[in-house]
Amino acid sequence: MSIIVLQLFIAGRTPRTEHAIATLRQLIELRLTGYPCELVIIDVLTDPQQAEERHILATPTLIKVAPLPQRRIIGDLADADGLLAALSLPSLPLA
Amino acid sequence: MLSLTPPIEKLPTGIPGFDHIANGGLPRGRTTLVSGTAGSAKTVFAAQFLSAGIEQFGEAGVFITFEESPDALRRNMVGFSWDIAAWEEQGKWAFVDVSPQPESEELVRGEYDLGALLARITYAVHRVGATRVALDSLGAIFTRIENSKLIRSELLRIVAAMRSMGVTAVLTAERTQEYGEIGRYGVEEFVTDDVVILRNLIEEEKRRRTIEILKFRGTSHQKGSFPFTVIPGEGVVVIPLSAIELKQRSSNLRTRSGNDDIDRMCGGGFFRDSIILVSGATGTGKTLMATTFLASGAAQGERVLLFAFEESRDQLFRNATGWGFDFEDYEQNGQMRVICNYPESSSLEDQLISIKKEIESFRPQRVAIDSLSALERVSTMKGFREFVIGLTSFIKHQEVVGLFTSTTPTLLGGTSITEAHISTITDSIILMRYVELFGEMRRGLTVLKMRGSAHDKEIREFIIDGKGMHVGKPFRTISGILSGQFTHTAPSEIERLGNLFKDDSGGV
Repeated sequence: MSIIVLQLFIAGRTPRTEHAIATLRQLIELRLTGYPCELVIIDVLTDPQQAEERHILATPTLIKVAPLPQRRIIGDLADADGLLAALSLPSLPLA
Repeated sequence: MLSLTPPIEKLPTGIPGFDHIANGGLPRGRTTLVSGTAGSAKTVFAAQFLSAGIEQFGEAGVFITFEESPDALRRNMVGFSWDIAAWEEQGKWAFVDVSPQPESEELVRGEYDLGALLARITYAVHRVGATRVALDSLGAIFTRIENSKLIRSELLRIVAAMRSMGVTAVLTAERTQEYGEIGRYGVEEFVTDDVVILRNLIEEEKRRRTIEILKFRGTSHQKGSFPFTVIPGEGVVVIPLSAIELKQRSSNLRTRSGNDDIDRMCGGGFFRDSIILVSGATGTGKTLMATTFLASGAAQGERVLLFAFEESRDQLFRNATGWGFDFEDYEQNGQMRVICNYPESSSLEDQLISIKKEIESFRPQRVAIDSLSALERVSTMKGFREFVIGLTSFIKHQEVVGLFTSTTPTLLGGTSITEAHISTITDSIILMRYVELFGEMRRGLTVLKMRGSAHDKEIREFIIDGKGMHVGKPFRTISGILSGQFTHTAPSEIERLGNLFKDDSGGV
C-alpha cells in the first residue's frame, strides 16, 4: 500500500483541535500500525492562503490526500471507530 | 457630565439613487442584511456595492460567495461592465470562494465551527485592504451546513469580527414571500441591525422591482418602498421618487410655443423650467402642437428632443414635412433628436432612466413626450404616478421646457388618469376638445391653467390646415364643452344675460 497522506486544518489550539489531533494519533498508532503515514497539521490562522486554496469552510477539517479518492471530514472526528471506513481506508488487521 | 457617543456615520454606496433613500448610505462599519426572494437582484446589489466602491471611491472589496463560483460571477457581472478579473489583478477585489466544490464531498463527524471561513475573510480583507465586504448568500450556507444554531452563533462571530476590522458589509438572504418574515431561517434579523428588502412583485401582471429600507438602527433613512431597475451596463438604479424635493427653480423667461395665437392665450408664451400638459382626444392636434413647439425651438437654434411612443419616425417626419418643418435637416444639424419606441418595449422604470439619460447627454432646451398616456398602458397606476413625478421633477431641474401630450379616452369631454396624476405638478394645461356644433365636429381649445401668469380663459375654436394651427374666436353660443354635455344658447339669450351684468351707466 502506498503512503497515506492526511491533512488536518485547524483554527488555533482549541479543545476541538486537541480532540481531533488525539483521535487521529490514536488511529494512526493503533489501526494503521506499520504503514507509511504522513499527518500534516495546518493552522488556518497562520496559513489562511492554504485554507483559501483548499476551500476550507469549517474547522477542524480532515482531508485524506492520498491514496485517492480524496476524502473530507468536517468536525473533531468524535472517535476512531468507523473513521477508517469514513476515510475509505481498508481496515487492517491489528498487529 | 454626559459623554455622547458619536453619531452613526454613513458610507456612500455609490449605487445610483440608493444613497438618497438611505440618507447618505449604509451605516459605516456595520453589516446590513439585504433580503429578497429569488430573482430580486440580491447578488447584483452585493456585487455593485463592491464595484461602485472601487470605481467611485477607490475602496477595495471582498466578495464571499457561498452560491455561485467566482468564475460564474466574473462572467455574469461583465454585462454590468464590471471587470472583476482586472480588479482582482490590481488587488482591489478578492474572492473568498465558499461555493460548493463538486469534487469534494464532505462528511461530518463531531463538533466543528466556521473558524476557517473567518480566517479566510480576515486574510482577504487584510490582503487587499478592503473597506467593503459582501456575503452572498446566507441561504446557501444553510443548505451546506444543517446545524442552524451553529450558523447563527458563527454568523454573529463573523459579523463581530468584521465590525472590529471596520469594514462595512452587505449580507444577502433569501426569503420565500414578498411580505412576511424577513428571512426563511428566522435568524437573519438578529444577526444585523440594518435590513434592506428587495422585492420583485407582480402587480396587475406587470413585474415591478422595489427596494425598502426596513431599519437602520440608530440612524435615519427614507421610509417606504421605492422602485428600482436593473440596467445592463449599470446594475441597480434606484428611483428615489417620493424622496424628491420640491426645490426646483422657476424662471420668468418665456419661450415661444411656435404658434402666436397660443402664445397670446398663454400671456406671452411658455415659461422656461415649466411643464405644459396638452390634453385632448385622438386627432385633436396634440402631435401638431408638439411638432410646432419643437420646430420653432430648432428654428431659433435651440436643441430639441422628442420622445414618441405612438408614431413611428417616418410618420412623424412625414407629418412635419406636411406642415412645413424639415425635421431631417434639424436632425442632421445636431439640433434635434427623435426617439421612437413602443411603450411595451421596456418597463416604465427603464423608460424613465433612458429618458433621463437622453436628456442628460443631449442637453436640449425643449423636450416633448408624445404621449404620456401611451406609457400609462404599460404600468400600474402607482408605477405611472411615480414615473410622472420622477420625470417632471427631473425635467424641471434641467432648465428646459417640457411639453407632454395626453390622450383622453373619450372623444367628447372627459379626463384621463394621466391628467389626474399630472395636473397638479404641471405648470400649464392646455385642453383641446371636439365640439359638436349643429351637426359638425369643430375643435376647441382653452388654457386651463398657466402658473404664474395671466392667460386667456375663453374656449376658442381652432382649425388645422396645411400651415398648422389657427386659433379663432371663442365659442359664444355653446356651453358644456369640457364636460362633453353641450347646450346651445340662443344669441338673444346671451345678449339678455350680458345686459344683466352691465354697469348701470348713469348710476352710483
